[in-house]
Amino acid sequence: MKNTATDVLPAEGGLGNEPLLAVDDLHVEFVTRGGLVKAVNGVSYTLQPGETLAVLGESGSGKSVTAQAIMGILDMPPARIPKGEIRFRGTDLLKLPEDAKTQIRGQRIAMIFQDALSALNPVFTVGWQIGEMFRVHRGMSKRDAEKKAVELMDRVRIPAAKARVHDYPHQFSGGMRQRIMIAMSIALDPEVLIADEPTTALDVTVQAQIMELLAELQRESNMGLILITHDLGVVADVADKIAVMYAGRIVENAPVFDIYRHPAHPYSKGLLESIPRVDLKGQELYAIKGLPPNLLNMPTGCAFHPRCPYRQDNCVTDVPELYEISPVRNSACHYWREVLDGTDG
Amino acid sequence: MGRYIIRRLIQAIPVLLGSTLLIFATVFALPGDPIAALAGEKRQDPKVVEVLRDQYHLNDPFFAQYWHYISGVFRGDFGRTYAGVEVSELMAAKFQVTINLAMTALVMEAIIGVGLGLWAALRRGRATDSAILASTLILISVPVLVTGFVLQLLLGVQLKLVTGIDFFPVAGVFDGWRSYLLPGFVLAGTSIAYLTRLTRTSLVETLRADYVRTAIAKGMSRRRVIGRHALRNALIPLVTYLGADLGTLMGGAVITETIFNIQGIGQELFRSVYERQQPVVVGIVTLLVLVYILANLVVDLLYAVLDPRIRYE
Ligand SMILES: Nc1ncnc2c1ncn2[C@@H]1O[C@H](COP(=O)(O)OP(=O)(O)OP(=O)(O)O)[C@@H](O)[C@H]1O
Ligand code: SF4
Ligand SMILES: [Mg+2]
Repeated sequence: MKNTATDVLPAEGGLGNEPLLAVDDLHVEFVTRGGLVKAVNGVSYTLQPGETLAVLGESGSGKSVTAQAIMGILDMPPARIPKGEIRFRGTDLLKLPEDAKTQIRGQRIAMIFQDALSALNPVFTVGWQIGEMFRVHRGMSKRDAEKKAVELMDRVRIPAAKARVHDYPHQFSGGMRQRIMIAMSIALDPEVLIADEPTTALDVTVQAQIMELLAELQRESNMGLILITHDLGVVADVADKIAVMYAGRIVENAPVFDIYRHPAHPYSKGLLESIPRVDLKGQELYAIKGLPPNLLNMPTGCAFHPRCPYRQDNCVTDVPELYEISPVRNSACHYWREVLDGTDG
Repeated sequence: MGRYIIRRLIQAIPVLLGSTLLIFATVFALPGDPIAALAGEKRQDPKVVEVLRDQYHLNDPFFAQYWHYISGVFRGDFGRTYAGVEVSELMAAKFQVTINLAMTALVMEAIIGVGLGLWAALRRGRATDSAILASTLILISVPVLVTGFVLQLLLGVQLKLVTGIDFFPVAGVFDGWRSYLLPGFVLAGTSIAYLTRLTRTSLVETLRADYVRTAIAKGMSRRRVIGRHALRNALIPLVTYLGADLGTLMGGAVITETIFNIQGIGQELFRSVYERQQPVVVGIVTLLVLVYILANLVVDLLYAVLDPRIRYE
């Protein structure tokens, strides 16, 4: 039984040289009444199986929009993607027909949202919502799907899973709801999991537990994890590499160790210096002075120049390319050398 | 749940008492003597008048009259008309007719209103959407009297003359359920328009909800996302509206029944007010209030079925 959708689906198994997921020069813009909002302006990153990529950046930098573009859940219109590729196992998802994308979504690339209360459907039981993955995508019977749901709820360590499978989302605590969201997203063993600020809505102790759970699930299944977050404290523990976003661009990407020791972009440097102390953990980071740019009216040259302590004259006119610092590092700053030198290891 | 229903029914008692008292007082205050009205132009024997007045407690003070009436109602006795007919009997037959009419209207409202609303929502911003919204505006702004007579003339009379087939009989209710179609539609008119708009807004809102995005991210088909995930949520406010509207439709029947000469309680109410038939007026209004209260109770119970976040104890 083959349909047109499966013919174009990316193969499973060996990857060759192709990364599991590669976002390449992605542009996303929104047509709004106020004008064209250029939310994502040439983002590139890659992800390998078993790897965790943390995406950092302040509010409005385009982290979620990039993730939604990968999932194919942007509303088009108002959104449109004028340029770029999102290659999943070498196949450009943006060129796939809709029915093929539906086969990938949820089954091979899954997503966890920030606010599990609003992201779960209030009128269906959690068992129904988790089980739906098996009923719809695997053709299972109601009873088998429910059994699977209980298994998954056990796996994400929801106490008394069997008794709670018929409960509704509002009957759970915030942390438990996020666990249900996680259970639903890993139901069909996706190869890529995108977690968009999965812990922001939770309190600190629960945050740590959820992160631990995610890390553990990832180890067990070798999936690639894209972790979008504000919390730099969390990133150091779980991420392999970091992509820092500013105004819809990647301004620096690097292995986690390198970026913590020697940031190569003034913005990442500012972020790191504003890491909250342990006693202030969980607070948002706004230590960099100045305001995020207006996407309707972007600064010329380097978008960061109005806020940059390293700024030189040409920063106002020349857009910095993503300079290669090493085979695994890039920085979109004309003066990355100065920034690197300015940090002591 | 059972206790909740009982509590709601008990709460309904003061509402019922208050509204009947109000109506009773209004009718009491109407000028003119019902007994005198009975005889028309003829002269009446003062002795007979006195006996009749006594029989109908018309000489008692207001509250005594009210008490007499309302205690009867709780025993299921709605009194007699001044011509001697049992009010409950009189109402029973007419009530059936009006219920049929209102139910026809409600079903039409639900099907057409929800249908058009969903259609508009799924085509929002396009020509279909604009056309539907424009026609609801027309339906809302043209008075029932106009739509009533125009449709009666066009679909009831002219269509029959042209085709020779009586699609929408308009001779009272003597042609079975089909005679309810046209008056039912006229009665439902503005409600259909409002429900269409409400449905459209509700679905458009719901389609923006986070859980709809989640359903898409789960790889559900567009059909399933809309038909299962969004629709279940979008329907919740519509049920409330429909339930509350049953009362409005029963009240609105006064005009529609007059246009189409349907012998329901609307027409009866109109005549009774005119003839100062106190017991009939109060009886009909009491029944309408009861329908309203029950419809609202059913709506609240349905609400709990549709939305698990709502629980009644
Ligand atoms: N539907 C939309 N219409 C117009 N603009 C939008 C839309 N969705 C997102 N944007 C804009 O795109 C920009 C990037 O948004 P995005 O949600 O990706 O930010 P983010 O980095 O995830 O921020 P946060 O940390 O607050 O989640 C924002 O400025 C936002 O205003
Ligand atoms: S390019 Fe210039 S303005 Fe931009 S970050 Fe580098 S130094 Fe600062
Ligand atoms: Mg976001």
